[in-house]
Parts: sequence; C-alpha cells; structure tokens
Amino acid sequence: MNQLRAILLRREAGIAVMIVLFCLAVGVVKPNFLTLNGLRIILLLVPLVMIAAMGQMMVLIARHVDLSIGSTLGFAAMVTGMMFRDMPEIWWPLGFAVAIGTGTLLGLFNGVLITAFRLPSIIVTLGTLNLYRGLTFIISDARQVDRQYIPSALKAMSQTSPIFGIPWIIFMAFGVALLTYWFVMHTRVGRQIYALGSNPEAAPLRGISTNRVTILVFALSGALAGLAGIMYASRWGFVNPSNTGYGFEFQVIAAVVIGGVSINGGVGTVLGTILGVLLLGCVGAALPFLGIPGTSQNAIFGAVILIALLIDRSVRSRGIAPLSLGRKRT
Amino acid sequence: MLKSSLLAITAALMLTGGAAYAQDKTEIVFVGKNTGNPYFDSLTQGFVDACQVIACNFEFVAPATAEATSQIPFIEAQIQRGVDVIAISPNSPDALNQVFDSAREKGIIILTVNGDITGNEEHRDATILPTDFTKVGADQVEMVGSLIGYQGEIAILSATTEAPDQNFWIEGMNETLANDSKYANMSLVATVYGDDQPEKSTTEMEALLANYPDLKGVIAPTTVGIAAAAQVVQSRGIADQVKVTGLGLPSEMRDFVKDGTVEAFQLWSPYNEGWLAAHFAVDLKNGNATTDVGSTFEVPNLGTITINEGHSINTQSALTTFNASNIDEFNF
Repeated sequence: MNQLRAILLRREAGIAVMIVLFCLAVGVVKPNFLTLNGLRIILLLVPLVMIAAMGQMMVLIARHVDLSIGSTLGFAAMVTGMMFRDMPEIWWPLGFAVAIGTGTLLGLFNGVLITAFRLPSIIVTLGTLNLYRGLTFIISDARQVDRQYIPSALKAMSQTSPIFGIPWIIFMAFGVALLTYWFVMHTRVGRQIYALGSNPEAAPLRGISTNRVTILVFALSGALAGLAGIMYASRWGFVNPSNTGYGFEFQVIAAVVIGGVSINGGVGTVLGTILGVLLLGCVGAALPFLGIPGTSQNAIFGAVILIALLIDRSVRSRGIAPLSLGRKRT
Repeated sequence: MLKSSLLAITAALMLTGGAAYAQDKTEIVFVGKNTGNPYFDSLTQGFVDACQVIACNFEFVAPATAEATSQIPFIEAQIQRGVDVIAISPNSPDALNQVFDSAREKGIIILTVNGDITGNEEHRDATILPTDFTKVGADQVEMVGSLIGYQGEIAILSATTEAPDQNFWIEGMNETLANDSKYANMSLVATVYGDDQPEKSTTEMEALLANYPDLKGVIAPTTVGIAAAAQVVQSRGIADQVKVTGLGLPSEMRDFVKDGTVEAFQLWSPYNEGWLAAHFAVDLKNGNATTDVGSTFEVPNLGTITINEGHSINTQSALTTFNASNIDEFNF
C-alpha cells in the first residue's frame, strides 16, 4: 500500500509541477497573475468542468466515453431554467433536484442503449450528443431563458462566499470531487468500475455485473452534467439552447486525460483529474492576462494540451508507472 | 423610436386596412444566422406581427450553428418551395453568392437583413440594416465618454477577431478617439476578444481589470460581451469605478440597469428590422416599391423609408440609448 501511495504521489506530482511551473512562468511576465485575484479568476473558471470531469473520469475508467455531457448539461439547464421562468413561485433549491434528475435520466438512457444493444459508447453518445441538443431546441422552442428569470439566490451562489471570498460553487465542485474520491476508493461498486475497465472480459468472472456498472457510470456522468447545468445558470445567469454546454465535452475530456486518466480504461484518480482541470483553468486564465491576441489563443490552448500529454507520456516511459488500481492488464 | 408591438399592430391595421386582402399573399421566409439566438427572436417577431396585418405568410428557418455554408441547404429548400422573398442574415459575405443567383433566376427577391454581403452586393436585391453602421463607433465612444467624464483609460471587449461588423465599429471607435479633440483625454488601452462566449468574455474582462487598474470604461459592442462584463463589475462591486457600456439586448441587461451596474447602453430595434423587411417585401412583390436608389416607401410606425446608396435601407438613423428611465418600454 505504501508503495502504491508513492507511485500515486509521483504520478500526480508531475501534473502539479507543470501547473506550478506554468503559473510561475506567467507570473514572471505578469506579476499580477500570482495574486489572490488571479487565483480567484482561475478557480471561477473550473467548477463546471471539475464536476463533469468527475463523471467523465468514472466513465473513462470503465473503458467507455461520454460525448453527450455538453448536451446533457444544456438540456438539464434548459429544463431547470424553464421551470424557474414558468413557475416563479417555486422553491428555487428544487432546481438542483430537477437538474440532477434530468441529467440522470439522460445518462441512464445512454447506459441502457450501450448495454442493451452492445453498442460502442462513442457511437451512442455521439448520437445522443445531437439528440439531446436537438431536444433542448424543441422543448425551449429555440428560445433563451433570460437573466431575469434565474433566481437571485441561485446566481448569488457564484458570487457570494462563506469564506475568504470564495463563492459557493467552488466549494461545491471540490465537495463533489471529495465524494467521488470516497465513492471510487471506498465503496464496493466504486472498485468494480476499475475492475471492469481493467479487464471487461474477466469482470463477470469476478462476480461483477458489467451492465449494472456500465449503466451506473453513465447515470452518474449524466447526473453530474445535470448538476453542472444548474451551476451554469448560476454562474452565467441565462440558459441558451445553442450555447449552453456547447463543446463542453471537449474541455472535460481534455482535462480528464491530462489528469492521467487512461482512455483505455482501468486507470485514473480523482486527484489527477482535479489537477488536470486546474491546469486547463490556469491556461485559460493566463492567456488573457498575457494579452495574447484572440486569434492565437485557441492554437496555444491546444498546444498546451498536447505538450502536457507529451510530458506526461515521456515521464511515464522513463519508468514511473501509471497508477493502476484495478487488475493489471496485459 | 420603437413602440410596443401591440401598438404597431393596431396602427398598421388602421393604415393598411382591408386592402391587404385584395392581393395574393406574399410568401416570405427569413433565414436566420442560427437558432436559439435571442436577438433573432425579436427580429422574427417583427415579421410575424407584420404578416398578421399585411398580406404575407411568414416562416423562420435557421441552421443550428452560424457557419458560413450551413444556410445553403435552407435556401435551396426555399427555392424548391417557390417562395416570393428570401430575407436572410448571411453567415458569410461570399459563400452564398451562387445560391442567391439561382434563387434570383427563379424570380425570388433576396433581401439581406441585419448584415450584408459586403463586396458581393450584386448578388442580392437590397439590404436592410438596423442603423447607419458608419456612426456606431462614434456613438459608442460618445456613450462611454459621457459616462466617465471624457477622461481616463478605456478598453474594448469585442466578439470574435474576424467578425466584420465588430471590426468595422472598432475601426470607427479608433478613428473617433484619434480625430475628435473632445476625446483627447481618453486613451484606448486594449481591445480584447471574448468570442461571444460567456466564459471567455468574463476572463478577458477580469484580465482587463487586473492589467489596467486605472481602467475607467469598457465598450462591449456585443450582447454576450456586455452582459459578461457587467456581471464581472456587478460581482466585484466596482460599478462606481468602471463603467460598462456597449451594444446589448434590453432583455439581457435589464437587471444590470436596475441595480445600477450599468447606467446606459445602446442598440437598435431588431423588431423594427423584421417589421420593415416584411413591409418592404410585400411592397416589392406587389410593385408598390422598387429597389432603386432614392426611391421611397411607407412603413406604418416608421414613416417614409428611403433606399440609400448601394440599395441599402436603415431602420433607424441613430442608435437607441437604454437606461433606467426607458428600459421597461422595450420587450426584446
């Protein structure tokens, strides 16, 4: 166990070092990046991605992928936003139940399609990515839910803070990460996700219900995308059928993979995922600070993702083993 | 100035009366930039309301994303259907030339609305623009100047780097700042781009505040940008120090104006664009108007409209300014 822990520390330490070096480099050019204000800006960029990344991490560990989370986020946010608009008297925290419930249903649908018809998750969720986005247009009549309909108390969660000027949604994001850590490390089902992803053929032999675990990870991914959906409404104060959650899956998958979660399944940690999310957050916040022109930002952002992956790969090939918590694959 | 849509309908009913029903209905389709864009909800409503009082049938179609070529299949389908008039907010200044030509060969009138195919004007019949775009830059500089007492650092938060309208207005702002001595004590310290995404616009705004601590004003001539900038100022409680203005939708900015985060901002009426376009389309079809430069036609509520140079029409001569005293009069 100690040995395992040492590997874990080294594996995640690589990403942490990258974050520190990157931020220091930016700080040399723009000292005001390394201030509490800079930290606040970075932290405000990450909550939505972090929450959805926890779901995506579990999906990837189970050797699947969920491309539909951006559309799931959009649909759940739209259902919730329309509820706020059409039922203004409603007790607003109920929106969380509605958003998470909606996301769970969409996730279940993914999981059931994948298991019942033995379809590859990349194909199914590519389909539902479009289906859920289309449904968002249909239920909303392609109309945005404007700022005035989003409850002030919900919007305040992204601005007000119990401690040190850190808004509620940041606490929520780390809270979700902690719960995920507990779930994948300390519950039987959580461990089964690793076992399934490490060796899907052997999992049933070990008494694991492949279908049940697969459906579960997609339901969780959907639920967390739904939670990210209501937090979108909180953070930005509107829900738009075409923009809300559009392209979100790519940010999330990039963050999770940078965090060391293997797309081949069986490998990945909550800490690594958090660090992957933070690295992308740092880059996203730093580019405007450096005054990099808008024309170059996308290319630089993409290059940073590739560099992070290449550094990670070369570190690993020099003998630092990736953390494999399930059974080793051959 | 914009009246409520109800008023518009009533007025138009009185003016056009039963005459409208004497003729065949003009089939009008409006091809939007993309669906789910609240700006076009209002523009479309102008068409819808007009076609309830004059002789036209209206349909709105739009692709899911605002890509250059994504509108082509929609136009081809409308050619097949045999509509009379295609009004379109083009996603590209040149990608649509060919499909416009084949529509016009079939006698379909092509009107670009809210944006033109600059450089390829010969492929459409006329363009309906919300206001005189050459004045937008100067108007916006005056707006921010009046908010900051014509003194101090300002910045521009734009949409995407390649958006033609944005760049045209920014050019106008730069010229105004450089040439008009009224603004000699104002300096433009940065122009940044938020890509019309709330996340990116917010981060760019935060970076502006961090990099330019003496910043006094921000012009965001884009609806997503101005809302994001206002939200940053609101959550940091610095509305007294940094004035946010620009072009925004009243429906998205209402809360910020009411709580004092934003004192004033500008736009035109997208509703009137649709209202005017529908009337012009019907008049063209029935021979009551032409696209000849200098000719005129009447539109209820908007008065006499003149076709300007380049077969171009403006729905209003100057930007409308929204503030706490009038924002509730606008329902878009």
